[in-house]
Amino acid sequence: MDRATGLRLENISISLEGRELIAVDATIAPGEVLTVMGPSGSGKSTLIACVAGFLDPVFEASGRILSGDTELTSLPAEARHAGILFQDPLLFPHLSVLDNIAIAVPQRISGRNERRDIARAALERVDLAGFGDRDPDTLSGGQKARVALQRVTVSEPRLLLLDEPFSKLDSALRGQVREMVFDHARAARLPVILVTHDGADAEAANGRIIAVGSL
Amino acid sequence: MAAALRCRELTVQGTTPGIETGAGFGPLTRHAPALTIAVLVGPILFGFLGTLLPAFGYLPGLGGMTFTLSHFADLTDVPGIWRSVGLSLVTGLVTTLISLLLLMLFVGGHLGGRLFGLMRRLLAPLLAVPHAATAFGLAFLIAPSGEIVRLVSPWLTGWSRPPDLFIIHDSMGLSMIAGLVVKEIPFLFLVTLAALPQVPHADSMRLGRSLGYGRVASFTYLVWPSLYRQIRLAVLAVLAYATSVVDVALILGPQLPATLPVRLIEWMNDPDLSMRYLASAGAVLQLLTTLAAIMIWLGLERLGGVLVAAFRDRGRRLARDGAARSLGLGGVALAALTIVAGILILAVWSVAGLWQFPDALPSSLTGRSWMRAVPRLVEPLTVTLAVATLSAGLAVLLTLLCLERENETRNSGGTRALMLLYLPLIVPQISFLFGMQYCAILGGLDGSLSGMVIAHLVFVLPYVFLSLSDPWRSYDRRYETIAAGLGMGRMRTVFRIRLPMLSRAILTAFAVGFAVSIGQYLPTVMIGAGRLTTITSEAVALSAGGNRRVIGVYAFLQTILPFLAFAIATALPGLLFRNRRGLRV
Repeated sequence: MDRATGLRLENISISLEGRELIAVDATIAPGEVLTVMGPSGSGKSTLIACVAGFLDPVFEASGRILSGDTELTSLPAEARHAGILFQDPLLFPHLSVLDNIAIAVPQRISGRNERRDIARAALERVDLAGFGDRDPDTLSGGQKARVALQRVTVSEPRLLLLDEPFSKLDSALRGQVREMVFDHARAARLPVILVTHDGADAEAANGRIIAVGSL
Repeated sequence: MAAALRCRELTVQGTTPGIETGAGFGPLTRHAPALTIAVLVGPILFGFLGTLLPAFGYLPGLGGMTFTLSHFADLTDVPGIWRSVGLSLVTGLVTTLISLLLLMLFVGGHLGGRLFGLMRRLLAPLLAVPHAATAFGLAFLIAPSGEIVRLVSPWLTGWSRPPDLFIIHDSMGLSMIAGLVVKEIPFLFLVTLAALPQVPHADSMRLGRSLGYGRVASFTYLVWPSLYRQIRLAVLAVLAYATSVVDVALILGPQLPATLPVRLIEWMNDPDLSMRYLASAGAVLQLLTTLAAIMIWLGLERLGGVLVAAFRDRGRRLARDGAARSLGLGGVALAALTIVAGILILAVWSVAGLWQFPDALPSSLTGRSWMRAVPRLVEPLTVTLAVATLSAGLAVLLTLLCLERENETRNSGGTRALMLLYLPLIVPQISFLFGMQYCAILGGLDGSLSGMVIAHLVFVLPYVFLSLSDPWRSYDRRYETIAAGLGMGRMRTVFRIRLPMLSRAILTAFAVGFAVSIGQYLPTVMIGAGRLTTITSEAVALSAGGNRRVIGVYAFLQTILPFLAFAIATALPGLLFRNRRGLRV
């Protein structure tokens, strides 16, 4: 992770049928979290879709997104390397736990064994060694969250997008997973955008907060 | 203006980024919708033209170079022609009305209940049984020497010989209606099941019943209007099919005179080639007959709406609807029972040795019918499997490309696309298959495998599309968002993530297409030109001979093939993805 670069959202504005939903102008340093807070339906998730390159064409967006010197706005989604975590872990149900991670390893590493070794090491990092052959659906909620995070990690993302990733976890687990994700982002020096409606998430993120929509 | 330009920067050409790039499917998916429409509409258009021109006397191949109305005049002089038209019209309307009413009473009376779930499991596989096999099974059950009479003879009836009754081929077409109703109920039931999730039925039913309305009344007042709107095209397809069906009419229908489509086929196959003018004029009449049936049906829809509104506006609770619920359940259960019993009786006949009336079971079993049939079966069986596999495979491929295109453009084509899909199911086959045969002859495709695959594809494609589009559209797109975030291109995402996850739905759609192809009679005889035959065309051809053992072999085989396809479609994902709980349904 030697390519730590910040993320620059330059005059981003997203609107629907002429009504502006979100306006952001921010710089997120490596390891820093920008929190976007708002009630459901406020359109806060469109910011994530916009950065990831998946904004539905019904929305109009303007502005530029820069990762270091690279302008992401002109790149297709798969070239942006924007890692995403949703509120569901969304492990690919047809792949084993190990293959879920191996599939995320960048394509320049083409050897099958090499890719699996990387995945195996990733599982070991989160105390899931030996879980590689398991059916992802048999894991507990916390285990799934850990696999999902490792899947994003091995893909060597430029930045991390969190779309209410903790909202479906029960309260005991929530704090744990939150800490794991933020610790990881800080260690990997990834700029993070967090979208949430939970004040505790925003507090734990310990960064700039943007409120969207009327609360 | 500047904002608009920026917007383009953000979303790459205004479409989903990552798709209109080198990594996407490009021209393959871009041209898929047009190609699919061509496959659906092209044969119908050219086929109808090829029917229309000879009907007006223009058929250069037979020396017909001038336009004339004389063939229509000849048509009106054919003895019993109006009775044939009337039979087609009435059997079609009655079949549709009975099927729909029974289904409505059953769904209304049992929605959410235990029996509903049971019927769902029972009826779904029965959809795979071809029409011809269902008709043969029914005939073997209800004929004067059929299983039902055997079971009650001689102890109840005193009959030691088959009674002299016209049960099948009755002149009113009652047994034909019965055969069609039995087969259309599972179809309408499955269409209803597919539409139910789009209607807030559970809440509406609860609300209605809490206000004191009976189950059937709650359903009819609150759920049915929006549900019917969803299944309307399928109901019209049933109506169009029942007014123009050939195979079931040959097996069960009236004979003197027969229904219109049966007579058209006779003329078409007449050694006197000039009869083709008459057949073509008749095919135009068939189109008008089906159109008239649809018009009458639209009137019946109005009438039904007025009736329902009258009851509803008077606040009729109809709380004691036990009889209606039982009628619905009885009708649907009887349909299921008839199909199952029919298949069993076909199987028994195929291995029957000596079987005298009124014995309920053969006195000996033998494999002789099968042994004797096998040498003659090989060729039609090969053609059947080849055409079914190719047409279903092509249909799945075209459907997947269209759906992927829909993914790229986020435009499903809406109602217009749906109408187009139903077009081959609503325009009577016979009215454009005559012309399609001419086109096939002109193009040198008659009697060829490719010609037959194209002809089957027209009817297979709609069912495959309808079967696959729902699971495809309800797929959780966030999986693809994640995949792109991991740096996976569109191709890789489709092949590594989306297709494997949808493998069950894709294989099921393939099996649906396979089953539809197996059941096709008319396209097979028209384009096969007698040189290529399938199990279905052979089975129907045998019906005139009346050898129950041979019919048993063919009709049973005809039933088994689609079942095998569905069994494979169910077993394969289970095998590929065993230990994958998240993929189970």
